Amino acid sequence: MSVHELETLFQDKVDKEIKIEPKDWMPEKYRKTLIRQISQHAHSEIVGMLPEGNWITRAPSLKRKAALLAKVQDEAGHGLYLYSAAETLGISREEMLEQLHNGTAKYSSIFNYPTLAWADIGAIGWLVDGAAIMNQVPLCRTSFGPYARAMVRVCKEESFHQRQGFEILLTLSKGNEAQQRMAQDAINRWWWPSVMMFGPKDDESPNTLQSMKWKIKRFTNDELRQKFIDVCAEQVKFLGLMLPDADLKWNEERGHYDFGKINWDEFWQVVNGNGPCNKQRLDARRKAHDEGEWVRQAAVAYAEKKKMKATMVAA
Amino acid sequence: MQKDWPLWEVFIRSKQGLDHKHVGSLHAADAQMAIENARDVYTRRMEGVSIWVVESQHIHASNPDDAASLYDPANDKVYRHPTFYELPDELKHM
Repeated sequence: MSVHELETLFQDKVDKEIKIEPKDWMPEKYRKTLIRQISQHAHSEIVGMLPEGNWITRAPSLKRKAALLAKVQDEAGHGLYLYSAAETLGISREEMLEQLHNGTAKYSSIFNYPTLAWADIGAIGWLVDGAAIMNQVPLCRTSFGPYARAMVRVCKEESFHQRQGFEILLTLSKGNEAQQRMAQDAINRWWWPSVMMFGPKDDESPNTLQSMKWKIKRFTNDELRQKFIDVCAEQVKFLGLMLPDADLKWNEERGHYDFGKINWDEFWQVVNGNGPCNKQRLDARRKAHDEGEWVRQAAVAYAEKKKMKATMVAA
Repeated sequence: MQKDWPLWEVFIRSKQGLDHKHVGSLHAADAQMAIENARDVYTRRMEGVSIWVVESQHIHASNPDDAASLYDPANDKVYRHPTFYELPDELKHM
């Protein structure tokens, strides 16, 4: 069969909502796009542990600490589901980690911002996980089977993350003046980076069209961003706090909230490595990997020793 | 650079009486570590009562390109299904 015929068959399957599985024929560009997207997604989960891990030892109560620990452990799990899904496309774990550590692979820019106060943990749960969920729910129906299955698992677990974050902010919003100020300050700092999590505007996102055709993506960046803003604009009312956008206003005609200008310069700065914590995050990942080398080697040596003993007993 | 640990496929029985079902894969140095990691990665919320791990290299799979001929013998045998047989509506419990 010619490549053209194979491509037609492939697109036909996608159009009929038949999932693509690892051993099925797929266009090389589809494979590459997925490897890039899934591995970036996995890296984001792993790097995403760092800003929150910062507060585990300083959580204000045992309950908050246990919840935060569980959440960070979930992020590690999500990273692993996603790395496994990417590996089914023929890239090794080793290669993916190498790409993360040498900077060729990206991860979500949001994790290059610092967590300055406890309220940041609340804002991350509400806004960052909220934005992630908005992105991830449609990915449960993405055309590549292993990615879709991983996302179903991730989404099931993610909803606790968002609720625990909102509860932190809700508690602070009912606290004393300093606590309320801390909550507002965290929202002020995390709002715009969260809005940018959906990626560049549709007309500056060249891959969107092809990804929609392949049903990797189900909604465009701007559609998801608008949905997120609409939801948050209502939710913030429960906190008695404000989103830091003077132009945020319900537009009856559109049936959506209008919102202010996004600082795309900042977005590209952070994407290109010049965010407040880019260097710190990558250094931390590399250090963890390098210092874990002896553990990985020891585990292999131990497994080999046990195998040898078992063969000797059998003989 | 150190090579990746071997890849393992993980199967979980979600409760007594049900089949083990494939849930995903992970890397581990040996079977015991694969089971322990599977517990941490796939059963953090009581999703399972039993775990199987199989090293991925031991799995033999059919080729999706052969699907048409492989399943062809089953394709035209509607008489294997109960609905093929026409019986009066009044007949109960059959």
